[in-house]
Amino acid sequence: MTLALFYIFAAVLVFAGLRVITAKNPVHAVLWLILAFFTSACLWILIKAEFLAVSLVVIYVGAVMVLFLFVVMMLDINFEELRKGFWKFFPVAAVVATIMVVEMILILTSRNAQIPGAMLVETGPTVADLGRQIYTVYFLPFQLSAVLLLVGMIAAIGLTIRKRKNTKYQQPGEQIAVKAADRVRVLKMEADARLEAPADKPAGEQQA
Amino acid sequence: MEIQMIPDFLNGLLGNEIGFVVWTLLKIVCIVAPIMGAVAYATLAERKVIGYMQIRIGPNRVGPFGLLQPVADGIKLLLKEIITPSASSKGLFFLAPIWVLVPALAAWAVVPFYPGFVLADINVGLLYVMAITSMGVYGVILAGWASNSKYAFLGAMRAAAQVVSYELAMGFALVGVMLVSSSLNMTEIVNKQAGAYGLVSWNLLPLLPLFIVYFISGVAETNRAPFDVVEGESEIVAGHMIEYSGMSFALFFLAEYANMWLIAAMASVMFLGGWLSPFPESWPILGASSFLWWVAKVAFMMFLFLWFRATFPRYRYDQLMRLGWKIFIPVTLVWIIVVAAWVVSPFSIWN
Repeated sequence: MTLALFYIFAAVLVFAGLRVITAKNPVHAVLWLILAFFTSACLWILIKAEFLAVSLVVIYVGAVMVLFLFVVMMLDINFEELRKGFWKFFPVAAVVATIMVVEMILILTSRNAQIPGAMLVETGPTVADLGRQIYTVYFLPFQLSAVLLLVGMIAAIGLTIRKRKNTKYQQPGEQIAVKAADRVRVLKMEADARLEAPADKPAGEQQA
Repeated sequence: MEIQMIPDFLNGLLGNEIGFVVWTLLKIVCIVAPIMGAVAYATLAERKVIGYMQIRIGPNRVGPFGLLQPVADGIKLLLKEIITPSASSKGLFFLAPIWVLVPALAAWAVVPFYPGFVLADINVGLLYVMAITSMGVYGVILAGWASNSKYAFLGAMRAAAQVVSYELAMGFALVGVMLVSSSLNMTEIVNKQAGAYGLVSWNLLPLLPLFIVYFISGVAETNRAPFDVVEGESEIVAGHMIEYSGMSFALFFLAEYANMWLIAAMASVMFLGGWLSPFPESWPILGASSFLWWVAKVAFMMFLFLWFRATFPRYRYDQLMRLGWKIFIPVTLVWIIVVAAWVVSPFSIWN
């Protein structure tokens, strides 16, 4: 059962991955990428890494890809134009890709790449175990990666922020603190003396 | 337990694996059918509640007290023509409403109704709900994009920004729940709230700020009034749904109400003690935990959705973003630290 599920998910994953790079429309490509992420989460559940699987969906499918889709939808690029040089660059790309594949095969099949003693835990680690490991044994690497992300975030904001001089900002605190007395001033005025209306004309005609 | 007889019988009849699949499918039907019924009658309840709040009667023509109104609405929507804009992206145009509805229903897999009555009692239940509900926004974005209409696209943009912003506050509110229950399993979270004095041992009181943030963010996540800028009819007509008609429109509608029920159920499971009674255990009958308490709590939270809609004017877009980022996230962050310190301190009530 598990093996059959693995092959089904693996086939979907490979197909989705292929469609990401072959889809003509970039929005479709992003959707295939979402499917690829989701399927790899399914694969992780098969090896009982449920926390990893669910966090993959929460972070990548739920947040990162939403923003990605957001950006891709707003792109205004002629993709036919970009595709024109495909066959011209194909030989160079093929050589680079082949070298990378050979390198990967070399390193993955090498004896040095095998981690001794690495095996799947029978019951699968619980979230509590994972938390305990991260905050005791792997505390420093974890904090360092958090700082790295923070630096990345600050850099991204620093690069994109544009303060325009003529922008009007609201100060909700001040708006709420406003009292009626700050806005309306009630003046005390002496009433004018009543004018004597001419006696020969009725009051209604004067109004008209 | 007697209910165990059914899967045993199925396993005997069909073999272990097929028996398991059939039993799971049966359970899914038992969960989804009442939810769809609840969704249908939530539309009637909404019109009735808002009607009475505005000193009207609400729908009362179809059936006694208008009780058949949802059926009439359903038939009308089913029979209407489905129109496809000629310049739309056809496949995605019809995929989008399904993509909105499916997560709204799939999240119910881990919601416990009573001890033992849950489809999948998984360890990471809380995270599962977050993961699944965060996928619903794709349907909205795709609907906006595939419709090839400016209003729809603007609605989709607003939806994406709003949902992503409020998801953070919602996630932080859930972190507080995780801290005090030291588990992500939903049944476990409810059991942790049990106590001899009923209501006082729920998460409601110690996590009150988180509860308020969670529920308001839930209203924003479901794009309900007063956070319905996504479909703001005065500005962008109906947002991402503008080009949809008939049943494809109805799917968006169903998803919205299914999501409201889900938020109501999640809020009552995580903060209001699910099936636990609000009264002290020593009281006869009233003190016993029951599925009916679960129903009463969820129904009350649902009523809040309708009450909000009838009461509050719509937020302006920048106010909405300010509320999410500048108020809710700081509030939750501070309260998480307070709760974390409380849990490890000698005054901890959770041990």
